[in-house]
Amino acid sequence: MEFGLLQVWEGGWIGAIMRGAAITVAVAVASMMGGFVVGVICGLIKWGRVRPLTYLVDGYTAVVRGVPELLIIYLLFFSSVEFVTRVATAFGYAGLADSGYAFIIAVIAIGAISGAYSTEVVRGALAAIPRGHIEAARALGIPGLRIFRRIILPQMLRIAIPGINNVWQVTIKDTALVSVVGLQELMRTAFVGSNTTRHPFIFYLIAAVVYLAITLVSQAGIDQAERLLRLRSRK
Amino acid sequence: MDVELFWQAVPVLLKGLKITAILTFLSVLIGFNLGLGLALMRLSSNRFVSGFAKGYSTVFRGTPLLVQIFLLYYGLGQLSFIKDNAALWWVISDGARCAVLALALNTAAYTSEILRGGLMSVPAGLVEAAQACGMSRALRFRRIEFPLAIRQALPAYGNELILTVKGTSLASTITVLEVTGYAKRLMSQTYAVFEIFAIAGVLYLATNLVLITLIRGLERHLTRYQAR
Repeated sequence: MEFGLLQVWEGGWIGAIMRGAAITVAVAVASMMGGFVVGVICGLIKWGRVRPLTYLVDGYTAVVRGVPELLIIYLLFFSSVEFVTRVATAFGYAGLADSGYAFIIAVIAIGAISGAYSTEVVRGALAAIPRGHIEAARALGIPGLRIFRRIILPQMLRIAIPGINNVWQVTIKDTALVSVVGLQELMRTAFVGSNTTRHPFIFYLIAAVVYLAITLVSQAGIDQAERLLRLRSRK
Repeated sequence: MDVELFWQAVPVLLKGLKITAILTFLSVLIGFNLGLGLALMRLSSNRFVSGFAKGYSTVFRGTPLLVQIFLLYYGLGQLSFIKDNAALWWVISDGARCAVLALALNTAAYTSEILRGGLMSVPAGLVEAAQACGMSRALRFRRIEFPLAIRQALPAYGNELILTVKGTSLASTITVLEVTGYAKRLMSQTYAVFEIFAIAGVLYLATNLVLITLIRGLERHLTRYQAR
């Protein structure tokens, strides 16, 4: 059979692909959450123009958004491999290709990329909050931290949802890139499977379908969330 | 930074930059035209035609570019009817040609969404006025709809161009040696990971800067009616 569907089934690859998909989702969710925290912090710095830090954040977002993701992943992976090998051998531990390590580097790399895009989204959302709201809260004598928690944060989150949705979609797709440094996620599983069975077409086709399913399902979920959180305007 | 390393890395990465530029240029050239076609299909009243364009953009925007590249390069190369077809095999057998095809198909999906937004923003009254003047459909598109749509879509298209430049880095995964490919090789040869990253990064940032400047210039040219 030319397509090799039989080999996929008999070789137990369906289970492996599902495990890979679970790791892909785990990397994406962890990076997205980490990236969002980075995004809120950097977005606030950019919004408030906190003097020395804002240049740093500007540099970070410019570099990460202008340089290919693959190059950033190579940077983080190769530079950390050297460091981690030294630490690991010092402690007499040689098993470096441990997947826990690859997972952490993957999350840091994808999180850094996702964080740069989140920063721009958060900054835009913060800028869209009417200044009067903050001024009114200040006039009422509400303490700064509570203004942030009760006035700024809820509005920022609602305005940021469409942008965050875009970042999430990009983040899911970026996780495929960490396969090149060996994390056993969906793309890597498809790569290994196609090399083992010599049926690349079916494996990459399955991978594409699974990615499409992940993006479409999460899109539907976010649409639902957006509908729930939409401001009920008075017309 | 080590001066010797700098002089070793820069010529190699510049050689890669040429390949990156060629990949970007060809895939944008093909991708823009495909994207324009898809945008027009999307706005067609024929449900089958518009449905195809919608499905195309959903599939290509919903899957990672890496999967698309691997599917074309490794996946299609396996099928016998591709191998038997001389023209298709010519495209698929070579990494660079395959990367151009994948990038063009990918950017076409994003371009079609951007251009569709631009075309939808053209006021209906202008199109009706052109119709009333007796302009044919092709003339109307060339003189009225397209210029207005592209003016609207240009800033978003500038972002897409940068994404395409970044996308060319994935060609390094299918044996094409462009900036990222050479950078990876140099990183594993010299272990000067950060220095190589910095040089390659500057090359990419410079490329993006040139593209942004070009797009800004074009934008200013197209909006020159607005007195500043």
